[in-house]
Amino acid sequence: MAGPGDIGLWTVPLAVLGGAIRVSTPFLFVSLGECITERSGRINLGLEGTLVMGAMSGYGVSYLTGSPWLGVLAAGITGAGMGALHAGICGLPRVNDIAVGIALMLFGVGLAFYLGKPLIEPTAPRLPSIDFGAWSDIPQVQAALRINALFIIGVVLAPILVWALRTTRWGLIIRTAGESADAALAMGYSVNFIRLRATMFGGFLAGIGGSFLSLYYPGSWNEGLSSGQGITAVALVIFARWNPMLCLGASLLFGGAAALGPALQSVGFSYGYHLFNAAPYILTLLIMIATCSPKRTLIGAPAELSITR
Amino acid sequence: MKADVGAPVGAPLAKSGAGAFVRLPPFGQKFGGVAEYIVIPALALLGSLVLFGIFVALFGKNPIDLYFYMYQGAFGTWFSWQNTLTRAAPLILTALCTALPAQLGMVIIGGEGALLIGALSATGAALAMPWAPPLVVDVAMAAAGMAGGGLWIMLAGALRQYRGVNETISSLLLVYIALAILNFLVEGPMRDPTSLNKPSTPEIGAVNMIGSIPGTDVHWGLAFGIIAAILSYILIYHTVFGFAARVAGGNIRAARVVGLSVGKLILITCFLAGAAAGLAGMFEVAAVQGRTNANLAAGYGFAGILVAFLARQNPIAIIPVAVLLGGIGASGGLLQRRLGLPDASVLVLEGMIFVMVLASDTLYGRFSIFKGKAS
Repeated sequence: MAGPGDIGLWTVPLAVLGGAIRVSTPFLFVSLGECITERSGRINLGLEGTLVMGAMSGYGVSYLTGSPWLGVLAAGITGAGMGALHAGICGLPRVNDIAVGIALMLFGVGLAFYLGKPLIEPTAPRLPSIDFGAWSDIPQVQAALRINALFIIGVVLAPILVWALRTTRWGLIIRTAGESADAALAMGYSVNFIRLRATMFGGFLAGIGGSFLSLYYPGSWNEGLSSGQGITAVALVIFARWNPMLCLGASLLFGGAAALGPALQSVGFSYGYHLFNAAPYILTLLIMIATCSPKRTLIGAPAELSITR
Repeated sequence: MKADVGAPVGAPLAKSGAGAFVRLPPFGQKFGGVAEYIVIPALALLGSLVLFGIFVALFGKNPIDLYFYMYQGAFGTWFSWQNTLTRAAPLILTALCTALPAQLGMVIIGGEGALLIGALSATGAALAMPWAPPLVVDVAMAAAGMAGGGLWIMLAGALRQYRGVNETISSLLLVYIALAILNFLVEGPMRDPTSLNKPSTPEIGAVNMIGSIPGTDVHWGLAFGIIAAILSYILIYHTVFGFAARVAGGNIRAARVVGLSVGKLILITCFLAGAAAGLAGMFEVAAVQGRTNANLAAGYGFAGILVAFLARQNPIAIIPVAVLLGGIGASGGLLQRRLGLPDASVLVLEGMIFVMVLASDTLYGRFSIFKGKAS
């Protein structure tokens, strides 16, 4: 077994690196979207449902039109619709945003399974990837550096969002609504309308994250496609202190953790495979234990956010 | 605009003013209030049924057929009644897993995880004592299931109390971790080598299976679920512990000022909540499946969240609501066979009900009909 493909145990870190880039993309999109939503002072726990709806609609549109990019767009629009539903209901007085999120999580998953039944069989065109590893002779390196365009879009988006939140008028309005609804009201803005748009934006990105699942990796539609990526990403925003750049780093970390199980399996180490698959959830929990505190509010937390009060 | 996590959930508190709540017991405080708590969720339920009818009509199915088969599949015959009640049993218990912590203002949605851990612990207990008489085995299974599930949710409560970790997110993460542990154990250390297609633990043995309530095919889990709901009601509304829990749920600072040990309240309540869901898992093993495998993750834990919210976190109201939701689940098979609807149609309807019920929260106190009769 000599030759360029035989790199022994180096396979594992390489596969984790490649996996981190691949697996992190949905985490990245969901957490960037949720970051904006939460900065406006509302939490959308329903992004798990949005993610699955995005995966289903993206796959369906890609199958019907033959264009995976139209699928991505459709997934985003579906996600924005789910976000609008969440924001619309939460805009009513005395309605709790956490509970509505849970309801929309169950509703979105159920609706996607219902509508997606005919999509389990057919094969839709998948998103293309870009080979950054062509310089290398080692197939594992090539595989690790075969990167999807959506990941690159996400990486570019993160600093743009940081900049937009910090310096643009829109960023200021969103942050005002998140820090003090009364202040936003005094400035003459409708807090509900600001949050509606922020939640729709968050849903749009989460939908795109879902389309990545069905159109690139794992790259098919089935009912076991997402297992908690949406909710993990919501937790990740807390860990990332509501900063889009930190969301990027955290997503890569989580992607790496999620890629550990398959990477070990690829070198024949499959004992406890299911436990390694739980690595991202365990990591999320550990990180929340390490970074949260019962004594004080988290640094960077929007003051209007119900989950941190 | 400040949506408080706690108050609207622990429903009766939120409604009455601070003064009223000291003088009057929250459930049955006034007939007008009770009527409001029944009429508005019923309207929401009706609304979501209409919405679901429109939804299936869009797919070319006749909504009248839909309602007919739903009724047939849920309550139309004695057979469907038994199916409904069998499904209601775990729903009552998993709903308590959300409703008990809700009294403290906590939103726990990890009932599914506690159910799985409870099922695993109960199976482990049964397999560890093959020599014991059936009654001993069943008691040990119940104890192990309740302890396993209880500790699982208590973990979420402890993380909230001592580390400030949001219990909604942590309890949901624990569901996925529980599922991973279950898959690991049934495919590894606890696997029955003869279970080829569907990895499972060995069977707990036919003699250890819990039978049915005489004259029915409904297992004893239903009776225990109803007892657990009644005990929870007494605990919440007629004991000092429950009163303290509701005070802490209403205003945590006030609770601390008057010297309640909030941490202890949280831990004990979360343990009881998880124990209820763990008991549901034990009954699913001891009365239905006979062994532990991935079949147990049938979504009872998630449907239980809906039951708890629809019942406005009231343990007594959970019983009829669980029967109703059990009926919806039971009718799923008939809808699939007669109307060709996908099995996920039940999930869609449940999601619609959940959304409508939460949206209807905004209607409370808007109708003057309910106000005149107060006190």
